[in-house]
Amino acid sequence: MKLLTHMKPWMWWAVGGAIAVFAALLPLINLSIPGILPGPTYTPGTLQLLALALLFSSLALSYHLLFGVGGMLSFGHALYFALGAYGLGIVLKTTQLSLVPAMGLTVAAVICIAYLLGALSLRVTGISFAMVTLAFAQAGNVLVRRNPQITGGDEGLQLETQNVPDFLLGVLNTRNLYWVALALLIIVFIVVALFEHSRAGHVVTATRENELRVRVIGIRPFMVKLVTFSIASVLAALVGMVHLLLQSGVTARASSADFTLTILVIVVLGGVGSRWGAVVGAIVYTLLDQRLTALASSDAIAGLPAILRIPLSEPLFILGTLFILVVLFLPGGIAGAVQRMDKGGVRRNPAKETSSEIARDKIEEVT
Amino acid sequence: MSTIVLLIITGLGLGALYFLVASGLSLIYGLMGVLNFAHGSFLTLGAFAGLEIARRMDGASWITLFASLVVGAVVGAVVAAATEFFLIRRLYNRHIEQVLVTVGLALATVALFDGIWGTDPTYVTGPAWFSETTEILGAKVPNDRFVLIIAAVLVLLGIVLFLKFTRFGLIIRAGVENRSMVTALGIDVRKAFTVVFAIGGAAAGLGGVLASHYFGYVSPQLGGSLLIFAFIVTVIGGLGSLAGAAIASALVAVLQQFANYYLGGTGDLTVVLLLAAVLLIRPTGLLGSKA
Repeated sequence: MKLLTHMKPWMWWAVGGAIAVFAALLPLINLSIPGILPGPTYTPGTLQLLALALLFSSLALSYHLLFGVGGMLSFGHALYFALGAYGLGIVLKTTQLSLVPAMGLTVAAVICIAYLLGALSLRVTGISFAMVTLAFAQAGNVLVRRNPQITGGDEGLQLETQNVPDFLLGVLNTRNLYWVALALLIIVFIVVALFEHSRAGHVVTATRENELRVRVIGIRPFMVKLVTFSIASVLAALVGMVHLLLQSGVTARASSADFTLTILVIVVLGGVGSRWGAVVGAIVYTLLDQRLTALASSDAIAGLPAILRIPLSEPLFILGTLFILVVLFLPGGIAGAVQRMDKGGVRRNPAKETSSEIARDKIEEVT
Repeated sequence: MSTIVLLIITGLGLGALYFLVASGLSLIYGLMGVLNFAHGSFLTLGAFAGLEIARRMDGASWITLFASLVVGAVVGAVVAAATEFFLIRRLYNRHIEQVLVTVGLALATVALFDGIWGTDPTYVTGPAWFSETTEILGAKVPNDRFVLIIAAVLVLLGIVLFLKFTRFGLIIRAGVENRSMVTALGIDVRKAFTVVFAIGGAAAGLGGVLASHYFGYVSPQLGGSLLIFAFIVTVIGGLGSLAGAAIASALVAVLQQFANYYLGGTGDLTVVLLLAAVLLIRPTGLLGSKA
């Protein structure tokens, strides 16, 4: 059962490519998975859900770059997702630019903001960094909710469709958006992988493990961390833009602290430090969230006594509890569990095993 | 002049709420290095416990208020101690995982409160004296502000005296300085962890009941919205510093009130700008020694 450990890197990419081709073919075939997907894969409803799962995968990968690779525990990642979504929405609403230039303009703005806020937040490390990023994201959330004439406030911003190409609009074209989401996921995955194997990627990984040693060698970690922060932010903004197109709008929830926590939950669920773990975690989370919401409003739950009905009718309660259990009993999340099973069921003492250890193992394997 | 007095006292009232949350956060962080995201849930639970007491008794009497304050503090303390005992302790010295567990707990409990009490705000009535005003230097100040300020000062004094004059306080202070040395001297610091969580939870629960009177309602999101400002306060005051938290709470809340009044509702943004400024000039916070 030591299949995974003996796989060469090119084999991983070959398997990944095969999965990507299969995913690209999904809208063209009639595949039903009862209990997991709401309908056959060619229907717009299912494609919408799958596209959402792919977008969450991309977003989780961008957060993986920040937290898993860079060790920067940010509680404000949703800010950049929201900047992408709201930025593109506002540019399309107020100017006559067509979609691609509008996206370019938004990306330029996001780079500036991420660079500025990143430079400020990275003056502190660890827990303080988490709190500072949270504060900035919260300020963004306040700005969104307090300026309804620009952002739509709590109601949310509707997508202005005038300058968006027709093949990205309407329920029947959901599959085009699905392919866009898939393409984005592939691009994000490759960008993150390339960055991890670049010089800057190695420096930032080293900084995560021991910042002092990196300094002693004579490298200033600040710039590398800032670049990592900016790349992760731009990737998140790109996901936000496609999310705007997919959902035909964006709500204030996209900028909330809860949304960042959702991304964090996904990454930890999938396994900190693992790229495909982030992808799998996002797909599992999105499908689970959708299924649990369907379950919450089902008749089976409504018939239960209050003590069971109330917790089971709150998807977030179940997800939150699941998350606590994963952190306590399944270090390394899904990726870590798979790896342990692959190593022939030899269970190391979970109390001594941290997610960064698993991340280190993973890096040793890949390189 | 009267406006300024009103803004200052209202700001101090709000600052008292921030302090009740931030004191626990700061103590817990100082001793254990844990950033407690579930602290807001302790506050919300305290507020709902107080609400349930007020529903069962005469809502307008002083005895009810006193009872709800006590029950809120006790509930907060018990839940916080249980959190430390069952969840945090298992992840000893793994700070990121500890933060993640409290994040999960915050998500799960807020959803649970949604299920039990509903997502809409539940309105609270206190003694009639609360909604009356007292005139100070021409300013008509609502009376609940004074209760808040007095409560926060009493909590501050209580914690300071506890830290100065009890054995546990001594262990906690020593633990904040150098935990491994305290452990090496054969003292079980883990008991102090539970005590610190209980104190923080009690302050948060008390703050919850008071917040429900200050805002006039309780909602499952009450704790989360106060928690973010409490985080800002602890960073500005210096992580792990109780005095820093007290000064920063007053500063942040008064500034917020003034910006809201004179700069057209920009209080929240001003606070974030203040945070940015403090980080640029003094990354360790006002009274913090270690970042």
